[in-house]
Amino acid sequence: MTAKTLYDKLWDAHVVHQDDDGTCLLYIDCHLVHEVTSPQAFEGLRLAGRSPWRPNSNLAVPDHNIPTTHRDAPIADPVSKLQVDTLDENTREFGILKFEINDVRQGIVHIIGPEQGATVPGMTVVCGDSHTSTHGALATLAFGVGTSEVEHVLATQCLTQKKSGNMRIVVDGRLMPGVTAKDIILTIIGHIGTAGGTGYAIEYAGSAIEDLSVEGRMTVCNMTIEAGARAGMVACDDKTLDYVSGRAYAPRDEMWERACQAWQDLHSDEDTVFDREIAVDAGVIEPQVTWGTSPEMVVPVSGEIPDPSAAEPAKREGRIRALEYMDLEPGTAIQDIHLDKVFIGSCTNARIEDLRDAARVVVGHKVANNIKLAMVVPGSGLIKQQAEREGLDRIFKDAGFEWREPGCSMCLAMNADRLDPGERCASTSNRNFEGRQGRGGRTHLVSPSMAAAAAVTGHFVDIRDF
Amino acid sequence: MKKFTEFTGLVVPMNRANVDTDAIIAKQYLKSIKRTGFGPNLFDDWRYLDPGEPGQDHSKRRPNPDFVLNQERYRGAQVLLARDNFGCGSSREHAPWAFLDYGFRVLIAPSFADIFHNNCLKNGLLPVVLPSAAVDTLFAQVESTPGYRLQVDLRAQTVTTPSGEIMSFTIDPASKNRLLHGLDDIELTLQHAEEIRAYEGRRREQAPWLFVGFDA
Repeated sequence: MTAKTLYDKLWDAHVVHQDDDGTCLLYIDCHLVHEVTSPQAFEGLRLAGRSPWRPNSNLAVPDHNIPTTHRDAPIADPVSKLQVDTLDENTREFGILKFEINDVRQGIVHIIGPEQGATVPGMTVVCGDSHTSTHGALATLAFGVGTSEVEHVLATQCLTQKKSGNMRIVVDGRLMPGVTAKDIILTIIGHIGTAGGTGYAIEYAGSAIEDLSVEGRMTVCNMTIEAGARAGMVACDDKTLDYVSGRAYAPRDEMWERACQAWQDLHSDEDTVFDREIAVDAGVIEPQVTWGTSPEMVVPVSGEIPDPSAAEPAKREGRIRALEYMDLEPGTAIQDIHLDKVFIGSCTNARIEDLRDAARVVVGHKVANNIKLAMVVPGSGLIKQQAEREGLDRIFKDAGFEWREPGCSMCLAMNADRLDPGERCASTSNRNFEGRQGRGGRTHLVSPSMAAAAAVTGHFVDIRDF
Repeated sequence: MKKFTEFTGLVVPMNRANVDTDAIIAKQYLKSIKRTGFGPNLFDDWRYLDPGEPGQDHSKRRPNPDFVLNQERYRGAQVLLARDNFGCGSSREHAPWAFLDYGFRVLIAPSFADIFHNNCLKNGLLPVVLPSAAVDTLFAQVESTPGYRLQVDLRAQTVTTPSGEIMSFTIDPASKNRLLHGLDDIELTLQHAEEIRAYEGRRREQAPWLFVGFDA
C-alpha cells in the first residue's frame, strides 16, 4: 500500500464519487452554521423546494452579529436582529439544532464545535466561514466555504471538490517561555506569505506542535487561511483523545472505544512524500507583532518597522501603502508603538487557556491610562463560566478590562464593538486588513499574553521580559 | 447559475496585491439576508470619503475621486484587472455578489485566493488567471488607452486585446462546463443521490458515531 498523508486519508475516506478529471463528490460529516452566511442558502433551498439531506449533521449558532453586552435585551441594531431572527426561523423550519443567544453553550462557531465534541477526529467539517480550518487541530478535514456551498451541503451532504496539494510544515524544537501557538503561526505566515499555502492542505507537525495543547493547535490551524490554505490539520494523538473524551456530542462507551481504534490511523505514514515541506525552528521564534495590513507583515517584538525600500519590488508598494494606513515610520521600534484599545477574543484566541495566559500577565496591574478600552470576549458561554469559576473575570475587571458576553465581537466589528478611525489596537484576532476592526482602525495582531502586557503598559513590550 | 460564454467589456485596473474580501465588501453590509443590492457598496471604504451604513442612500455620499472606479474613464467597467492573491481572507460570498451587482462579469489576475475563486465560479463571475507578465502587459495597455476593452471567450479560453493579441488561460473542465451551460450544481450532485446513500450505508457500518448527529 502506498504511503498516505493525513490529508490523503481524510480525503479518501470521504469520496462518494470521482469523475475522470479528478473532481470528487466529498461527503461532509458535520456542517456548522451561523447567521451571516446562511440566510441566502436557506432561501435557495426554499425556492427550489429542497430540504436538508441530513438535518442532524448541522449545528447552528449566532455569533458574528450579536452584541457582547446587555444580552437580556433584544438586539438594538434592527438589521443585525433580522439576521439573527432569520437564523432562528430557518433552523426551526428545517429541523436544525441551534444554540440560543443566551444558552450557556452559545459562542463562536469554531470554539463551540470542538468544545461540544461536535467536531471529532476523522470528520469532514465545513462552515460558511474561512476559519473553519480551526477544527483541523482535531485531525479533521475542515475548511471554509461560501454560501452557495452552504446550500449545496445542506441539500446534498456533499461538496464538489478537487483535491489540494499536500504541504507539511514541521516545527521542531522548544519554544522560549512566553512564546505561544499564535507566535508560531504568525512566524509561518511571515515566512511563506499570505498566498504561500494557496492550493495546498497544510499539515502541522514536529515536536513543537506535538508539545502544544490541543487548544494551541487550534490557534495554529485557525490562521491557516491567512497563509492561503483552506485546510490545516494536526495528527491525532493522546492529547487529542483526552481533549475529545467526555464532551457532550463525543462518542461514548463502546462507540468511544471503536472510534479511538479508528482514530489511531489519523496521521501521515512515515515515508510519505509531501508536495511541499517547510521546516521551522521553534527555538528561535520570538513573540510576534504585525505592523501592516496583511498578516504576513509581521516582525518579532524586538524588531522595528521594516523599510519598504528594502523589500522586493513586487511587495514595495503594498508596504508603503500599509505604513501610510497604519501611520507608522520605518525604523520605529515595535516597543515604541502606543495603543488605544486592546481586544482579547476571537476564534483564534478566546479559549480558556488564552484567557488564563492573559490573566496571568494582568494580575496585580491596571490598564494603562492611554488605553481607552481593553476588553475580553470569551469564546463561549462555557468558557466564560469556567473563567469566572477560576476568578479570571475579577482579575480582568480589577485591572480595568471590560468582561463581555461571547461572540466574534471586534475581530470583525459586525456588532457595536469596533475601532474608531485612526485608533490603534493590540488584538488577539486573525486579520489586520484595512478597516477590519472598524473603518480607519489600525490592528496589530499578537498573542493573548502580549495583548495583556500591551494593555497594562500602554505600548508593546516583550512578554519575555515582563 | 448565470451562464457565461463570451463577454466584451470595459476594463478597470486595480493595481494592488492581496486585495481582501473585507475591502471588497465591508462587514456592515453582510447583515443583509439577500443576494442582491451589494453593488453600491463594492469597495465601500475606498470608494467613498464618508463612512457608510446599510440602508443609507449611497448616491448621496461623497465619492473618493482618487479611487479608480470613480474615475470617469472607467465608468461602466465590467472587467477588473487585478494583482496577485486577489480575494484573500474571509469566505463571504457577498464579495462576488457585489461584483456582479455592480456589473462586473470578469476578473483577471495572476492568482486568486481559493475560496473567493470558487465562490466566483458558483456565481457566473469568471475569474481568469493569466501569467504575471501577461497581466503586466494588460496593465500597461489599459492605463495608456482610454476606453480599453477586452474580449473574453470561455469556450476558446482566450482573452483578446483591442489590437488582436490573444492570450490563453486555463480553467478546470468541470467548472467550464457548468459556466457554459449555467448548470445547477445541486441538481448535478443530486443525480448521484443513490451513490450518496450507498456511501452513507457503508460508512455507518465503519463509523457509526459520525451519524449520531445533533437533534433539534
